[in-house]
Amino acid sequence: MKLKKSLIFTALSFVLLVIVYSLDGREKIVSERVHTETDQNVEVFDKVMSVVTHKRCMNCHPADDFPRQGEDSHVHRFGVQRGVDNHGLAALQCGSCHQEANNLLSGVPGAPHWSLAPKSMGWQGLNKFEIATAMLDRTKNGNRSKADIAHHLTEDPLVLWVFEPGVDNEGTEREKPPLIKEDWITAVKEWIAAGAPIPAEE
Amino acid sequence: MKISFKINGEDITVEVDGNMPLLWVVRDTLGLKGTKFGCGKAACGACTLHVDGIAVRSCSYAVRFAEGKSVTTIEGLSIKGELHPVQQAWTDEIVPQCGYCQPGFMMATAALLNRIPNPTDQDIDDNIVNVCRCATYYRMRKAIHRAAEINNQKV
Repeated sequence: MKLKKSLIFTALSFVLLVIVYSLDGREKIVSERVHTETDQNVEVFDKVMSVVTHKRCMNCHPADDFPRQGEDSHVHRFGVQRGVDNHGLAALQCGSCHQEANNLLSGVPGAPHWSLAPKSMGWQGLNKFEIATAMLDRTKNGNRSKADIAHHLTEDPLVLWVFEPGVDNEGTEREKPPLIKEDWITAVKEWIAAGAPIPAEE
Repeated sequence: MKISFKINGEDITVEVDGNMPLLWVVRDTLGLKGTKFGCGKAACGACTLHVDGIAVRSCSYAVRFAEGKSVTTIEGLSIKGELHPVQQAWTDEIVPQCGYCQPGFMMATAALLNRIPNPTDQDIDDNIVNVCRCATYYRMRKAIHRAAEINNQKV
């Protein structure tokens, strides 16, 4: 009788061990898949934000009323200000100097509707996670859906100017963001297609 | 390329390189020498004129962007031979010293008064940022307020 009980116990233990092992393995597989997806999301997010946080974007996303300029993001010379419509002041508008294309003779950059981003989209002082959160916040982003954001980031000529920023007033080429335009567009579309996930802050 | 626009109310067409600065066209093609070259980098404001009523630094304005627009230079600021209030005020306050930068200042001031008829000192500081090497800023400030007064008397 004792031998029979012992055999039953051993058999049950073995079955339980198999089940636990299987479950453990499945959990490992599931865990690895999630981990891989997260890595991809983080990679795409970082690609997008590497451009967004570049000075070519950030200089015109001030948290205050003064645009920045140059590679050191100094406050725009001549006391240039935001103005009520983000296009400058009465006699000192963005369009007083910036036209619809870069001026390679004077070194003044230009693109259609050259202006500051609205103050609600002021990014200076925020980290990439906070910037992404603001970008997706419809109370701050001009009530843009994720599809609208994708369109803005990949189609707006003022946004795409950052990939062809021209030369400065010394004739030196302005620094470009770390991605080329095509890779930027791909990264933005992937990020939006994935639901625009924002990874947890490190 | 051919570019057509209005200059001081008159329709014109010029055939030039589209990237030529509007200042070049105004001075050398059209012979209007009142607008001055200063820095060539849109920094000093000596070349300021109006494009569709907006003060523009014409040394950095490719003429192709003027297509279909209305350009006003210092020569076109007066109307029917009568001095513009800004010109009258500049005369009243004896603003210029060497005078080279003054057309740019006057055009910037005219643009300011179109949008802010009674500017405060702060408005003047914020908007009129041209450079005058004779440092006539103090007299210009008085003249800008004087121009606003003349404008108000006319209304």
